[in-house]
Amino acid sequence: MIEFRLYIAQRLSAAILAPLVLLHLGVMIYAIQGGLSAEEILARTRGSLLWGGIYGLFAIAVAVHAALGLRNILREWARLRGSWLALASWAFFGGLLFAGLRAVAAVVGW
Amino acid sequence: MQSSKSIAVKVWRGNAAGGRFADYEVPHRPAQTILDVVTWIQRHADPGLAYRFACRVGMCGSCAMMVNGSPRWTCRTHVNKVIDGNRLTIEPLRNLPVIKDLACDMSAFFDKWNRAEGRFVGAATREQPVAAISPREPARQAADAAIECINCGICYAACDQVGWQSDYLGPAALNRAWSLQNDSRDRNHAARLRAVTVAGGCQQCHSQQGCAAHCPNELNPTASIAGLKRMATAGFFHRARQRDD
Repeated sequence: MIEFRLYIAQRLSAAILAPLVLLHLGVMIYAIQGGLSAEEILARTRGSLLWGGIYGLFAIAVAVHAALGLRNILREWARLRGSWLALASWAFFGGLLFAGLRAVAAVVGW
Repeated sequence: MQSSKSIAVKVWRGNAAGGRFADYEVPHRPAQTILDVVTWIQRHADPGLAYRFACRVGMCGSCAMMVNGSPRWTCRTHVNKVIDGNRLTIEPLRNLPVIKDLACDMSAFFDKWNRAEGRFVGAATREQPVAAISPREPARQAADAAIECINCGICYAACDQVGWQSDYLGPAALNRAWSLQNDSRDRNHAARLRAVTVAGGCQQCHSQQGCAAHCPNELNPTASIAGLKRMATAGFFHRARQRDD
């Protein structure tokens, strides 16, 4: 059953990511149309609960989705099994989550 | 009518420990099937060649082999449709252990049918009337689309996921489970849904559709597996709601 739960987690994270990726691309294209500099963008995101929440959720969904995808690849192509598979997947999840949330913290200024 | 042309056939000879290809020259005849070629070799060139067949008319599912790299039912595959120049390469089915030459051990394939609860579990006795199921019923139509499997193992040989993960149940077993999940007379739906969501279950399918591309009866096990995924996902959230209530 754990395997099916992980499958659900990967599908749910994909469902979260799909609109957030579109939102991210839309905001990015919109923001640079008027020639906003990085500093001007950061001035708008600093202290924003909304942007912190959106990109925090984005970073968590990416870490879950990518780690589970990599887990499948490691099992199928690298033939990893058992604790090595779990260790590699958790390490990748942790690394992505740390890097993602650190970037969000920098953008929001927390 | 006999043609003067001949076919250069490579046949894999060996056992579970290993083997090699042997070369044969086989006369090319009109309307000749791959099974005809293999039978000619056994009768005229090498009586020691092991292979498996029974009905010769595409019903029993015994004679599947790899032909020029693709899994095929050899009794219904004409040489002219698959020959590469004048060359044929015939090997045992992929993803299954070889017993000898072209005969595979199908045990794992059928064990997985059992692991996927591939048996009908009815509740009615012979004294009760036959269940009336409308052919227009959506579940009946879903079962219909999956029902003509002859257990030949071609989808199993075509599936990369089976090759990557030995405990993956495979397209045939999951297709069978899907047809039973749509059988309103069956009383084993909950246990079967659990059986097809364990490690190696339906969630491992990447929808590459090798099974559908090669199925000789033109079934689409990928669609059946997608149905199981939907059913299991709905069941997962339904159970979560029941726990919350």
